[in-house]
Amino acid sequence: MTEAVGSTSLVRLENVNKHFGTLHVLKDIDLDIARGEVVVAIGPSGAGKSTLCRVINRLETIDSGTITFDGKSLAVEGRALAQLRSEVGMVFQSFNLFAHKTILENVTLGPIRVRKIPRDQAEKRGMELLERVGIASQAQKYPAQLSGGQQQRVAIARALAMDPKMILFDEPTSALDPEMVQEVLDVMIALARDGMTMLVVTHEMGFARRAANRVVFMADGAVVEQNTPDEFFTNPGTDRARDFLSKILTH
Amino acid sequence: MGALVEEFPVILGAFWLTIRLTLASAAAALVLGTVLAAMRVSPFGVLRGVATVYVNTLRNTPLTLVIVFCGLGLGLVLDVSFSESLSVNYLWLSIIGLSAYTAAFVCEAIRSGINTVPVGQAEAARALGLTFTQNLRFIVLPQAFRAIIAPLGSLLIALTKNTTVAAAIGVAEASLTMKSLFERHQDSVVAIFFGFALAFLVLTLPTGLFFGWLSRRLKVVR
Repeated sequence: MTEAVGSTSLVRLENVNKHFGTLHVLKDIDLDIARGEVVVAIGPSGAGKSTLCRVINRLETIDSGTITFDGKSLAVEGRALAQLRSEVGMVFQSFNLFAHKTILENVTLGPIRVRKIPRDQAEKRGMELLERVGIASQAQKYPAQLSGGQQQRVAIARALAMDPKMILFDEPTSALDPEMVQEVLDVMIALARDGMTMLVVTHEMGFARRAANRVVFMADGAVVEQNTPDEFFTNPGTDRARDFLSKILTH
Repeated sequence: MGALVEEFPVILGAFWLTIRLTLASAAAALVLGTVLAAMRVSPFGVLRGVATVYVNTLRNTPLTLVIVFCGLGLGLVLDVSFSESLSVNYLWLSIIGLSAYTAAFVCEAIRSGINTVPVGQAEAARALGLTFTQNLRFIVLPQAFRAIIAPLGSLLIALTKNTTVAAAIGVAEASLTMKSLFERHQDSVVAIFFGFALAFLVLTLPTGLFFGWLSRRLKVVR
């Protein structure tokens, strides 16, 4: 699948800087993500991985630099921004399913309200997606009635329902009980195989090895090195990365 | 007791007016309060400013002053008129005063309800491409309202009792009627007083119970 990756870039970050108060969370970030590419961002906490994820659909603003998505500069506000967001799916650490809506309503809300797709059509497609992530039998339940793993799979279906050009995953398995991690990773691996463009912030090295085209290692707000998973894990190029890997891979 | 029985139709009419005052003002206050709350959380500084000034002014002005302003200021000075009949006109003016006053409290209740909705809910909606208005309408406000049903019930109870202030501009609701009955039946003042107090309880107690039940039923499980 690695070879199937297109060469045209879908997202391009150039010289991106971001501060939270005095904290410099993103330092001169340059990053290209090609169509169909699966990029995994890893690194110690506080490295700016989540912020990197969130600036791409402008859930966080940036202080300087440029971000282009699909050839267009990122809109600042209003309808153009909403339009961009509808093309970039997002899966959160804490799922963030709409608590007052059923599972099916969670998946159909975006298509109906943003894409203006007729309800019956959106529901048909919603059920197909829930089928795909293995939750179809729970369609009429509410989020709180589902396990964490099930909720996260619904969140992935909700993102897919918008037919996004890309999906951002912000630590999608970090809030899950250990026995539920694999069911979510399986769905993500299947997505990667189907050619979805993905940026995944995760601590799951197994996923990075199996599904990623590229690993981006971040520390202290900067991209320290990036490489193919094989090369990165077996032969890291920087001390910072070696140090990080030795801490997480030994036990 | 005799006075209560004798004047029963009058008392019933007065409380019917109290109920109508309450329901009309509640409906208007709910609409206005929701608009104000939306303004207070909007990304536009001007809207936020206007709503903040409104809420702080109305919330900190005694209701009697608000009602008198509506009756004298709007009614007499500015000559705002809804009807040929003077009593109907003052009824409408008092509804304006009551709802304008109550809306400030409704707005603050809704705003506290919005604060109970986790940030992630609005973020997920934004990430889907919902606009600010859609986000409020489909995601944030429905959850906010479910969180504040009990406090809204308290506001409705307060409003029911506050309608008595409309007496200040001569609206013949329950309390003004009670006063005129006192004058007509000076031997049964205590009975009349307790009769009216009981009737208010009959209105307000079920309101509180109903809203408590509704709030448990519609609670958002997280």
